[in-house]
Amino acid sequence: MAVSTGGPPRTRVDLKGLIYRPEVRQIAWQVALLLALVFAFGWVVQNVAANLRRQNIASGFEFLDRISGFDVAQSLIEYSNVSTYGRAFWVGLLNTLLVAVLGIVFATLLGFVIGIARLSSNWLIAKLAAAYVEIVRNIPLLLQLFFWYFAVLKNLPAPRQSYVLPGGAYFNVRGLYLPAPVLQPGFELVLGALVAGIVGTIGLRWWTRRRQLLTGRRLPLLWPSIGLLVGLPLMVHLAAGAPMTLDYPELAGFNFRGGIAVQPELIALLLGLAIYTASFIAEIVRAGILGVPKGQTEAAQALGLSRGQALRLVIVPQATRIVIPPLTNQYLNLTKNSSLAVAIGYPDFVSVFAGTVLNQTGQAVEVILMTMGVYLGISLVTSLFMNWFNRRMALVER
Amino acid sequence: MDRAGPAATPAAPPARAVGPLLWLRERLFSSWSNAALTLLALWLVYQLVSTLFTWGVLHATWQGRDGGDCREGGACWPFVGAWFGQFLYGRYPDAERWRVNLTYALAAAGLVPLMIPQVPGKLWSSAYTLVVVPVLAVILLAGGMLGLRHVPTDLWGGLLVTLVISSTGIAAAFPIGIFLALGRRSRMPIVRWLSVGFIEIVRGVPLITVLFMASVMLPLFLPEGWTIDKLVRALIMVALFSAAYLAEVIRGGLQAIPRGQFEAADALGLSYPQKVGLIVLPQALKLVIPGIVGSLIALFKDTSLVLIIGIYDLLGMAQVASSAPAWLSPSTPMTAYVVAGAIFWLFCFGMSRYSQMLERRLAAGGQRAVTKAMD
Repeated sequence: MAVSTGGPPRTRVDLKGLIYRPEVRQIAWQVALLLALVFAFGWVVQNVAANLRRQNIASGFEFLDRISGFDVAQSLIEYSNVSTYGRAFWVGLLNTLLVAVLGIVFATLLGFVIGIARLSSNWLIAKLAAAYVEIVRNIPLLLQLFFWYFAVLKNLPAPRQSYVLPGGAYFNVRGLYLPAPVLQPGFELVLGALVAGIVGTIGLRWWTRRRQLLTGRRLPLLWPSIGLLVGLPLMVHLAAGAPMTLDYPELAGFNFRGGIAVQPELIALLLGLAIYTASFIAEIVRAGILGVPKGQTEAAQALGLSRGQALRLVIVPQATRIVIPPLTNQYLNLTKNSSLAVAIGYPDFVSVFAGTVLNQTGQAVEVILMTMGVYLGISLVTSLFMNWFNRRMALVER
Repeated sequence: MDRAGPAATPAAPPARAVGPLLWLRERLFSSWSNAALTLLALWLVYQLVSTLFTWGVLHATWQGRDGGDCREGGACWPFVGAWFGQFLYGRYPDAERWRVNLTYALAAAGLVPLMIPQVPGKLWSSAYTLVVVPVLAVILLAGGMLGLRHVPTDLWGGLLVTLVISSTGIAAAFPIGIFLALGRRSRMPIVRWLSVGFIEIVRGVPLITVLFMASVMLPLFLPEGWTIDKLVRALIMVALFSAAYLAEVIRGGLQAIPRGQFEAADALGLSYPQKVGLIVLPQALKLVIPGIVGSLIALFKDTSLVLIIGIYDLLGMAQVASSAPAWLSPSTPMTAYVVAGAIFWLFCFGMSRYSQMLERRLAAGGQRAVTKAMD
């Protein structure tokens, strides 16, 4: 490069050399790519406009204010067939969020139990957990949903022959019927006691930690906390004359009345999602615990910590750091997989919005883009939250 | 040791710590709580096995002509016998099923030597599998030429569709995924942002919405009169969807390659394609084999979603079969799902075991540092 003595003066543009320069080539490539994309996009937009004109489909988002005219089987907010499409949007979204939150709770509990069971020193328990993981995660989720819905829940007895569960709950082909809490006046006192209990527990925690730092003595925390969180509201509840009663479901004619009715679609969806995702969470938990060096366990033993203390104070905090990022991915997967609800008829977001609303309005472009936008938004919010949580948990180094 | 004075008589070695009884005591009954766990597990195993045995053998129906014969509450095996052909081929005409079998045999002839590490001639077998087999498969399966009857894709179904979608999806997603991963690490900002945008958008939405897009939005994108076969539309979407996930896996491998490798390739005067194809990718892909196979298994399982847009894969066929009027009975759906699930499981479990074998083999080749792409 530098050997050219007395070559062309710098002011003259070396055209031949120009095309060999990496920067020039990069710019050329990108411009070409951008042009191709703009051209393709323009072509698509033109086609969409022509097709919509031909099929007499309106475009824009005015349809959200129109009356929907259809019913939804389960709704967390007030909704009927005279509500708007915009309202239906929120009904579906809330149903999806309900499934996602419940599914995440169940899947996490089950996944942690199975992940720890896989590491058990008990050979049989470890093998059983391994078999669970290997069987469940190698079968498509949709098949498992169909299994629970069509093969199990649809074969339950009719309401008259319901399974009677302890606590006044019933289980039959129409779903699960649970006693519903009914709040009488005076319940605010119990709520107040609960809030006081939570505040008290946080204060107690702060105070015992301070005491430990100052004096080195560990004060009991667990039982006082339970007393504050459970005992206090319970006592206030009794003292206030039991302002919360239970409304038990009762068989009336061919169906149950009263209580909370959980639809079989929701149960099947939760069963499928929790069992399937738990098999992945179990593997993550196992990898997390195995990822903590053995020296940490040995060091904890050498310091005289009990097994429980070692687990709680040494192993779990370190395993948590390994576990959080992949666990986030599984939570997002579960949320996205909840869209399979459409196949078993649970009115989730995809089923209500990208299904019924799309079919009625025909506005495919707007509806699909909104659907994708909602899932992207959920993913984004979850990632942001988990990244924040991850940073908080991250090792603080010098 | 030396200060211990006169040598003591060496103690006898401890009793040999082996044998089945000791194993039992250590692994199953080391403490009371452990023994209780073992008993609980034994009870669980007994419950599972006895339920399966009662359902599949004791209360099962072995002979019958329709759903009316399956009233025992157990499995309805004659139903499987009657529908097994559809499970495997869908509505593909009976007389033409040999074409599907021949396609399988041709594909196996390429895949088996490719998958067994000891067999030489990998270049030839991969060229055959990736170039010759797809062409022959299209000719054989679709027909309409060389004197073969045309079989439209809406007659395809069952395991055939599952295998067609997953194998085409894998073959198409892999190169796209590599390009996306390279694009995401490119120094060209526009290329990088386009790759990141594509990957993150696709990974942020459920496959169902992408398939819905294929079935309701894609036709709007094309000029009047243009149509794309429904199966092909699903294929494109499944491939693009998997490519985004594969790209993230491959990116993890690319990030694990030391800078020195890139610089050494530059110093040797290799062009970009040479650098990537000869130096970087062979090392990067080897590092992420588990992740790649994981994506492939996910893709295989995800093909079952196409039934939602009306393509009858193996699960779709099971669904159709279990609601067929002739075989309606309380135990038909369960039987159908158990059979379909077993077939899916065999494929997925086989893939994961094969990848573990491959991993061990490659691990013997040198030290590895697997960093997974997790974000």
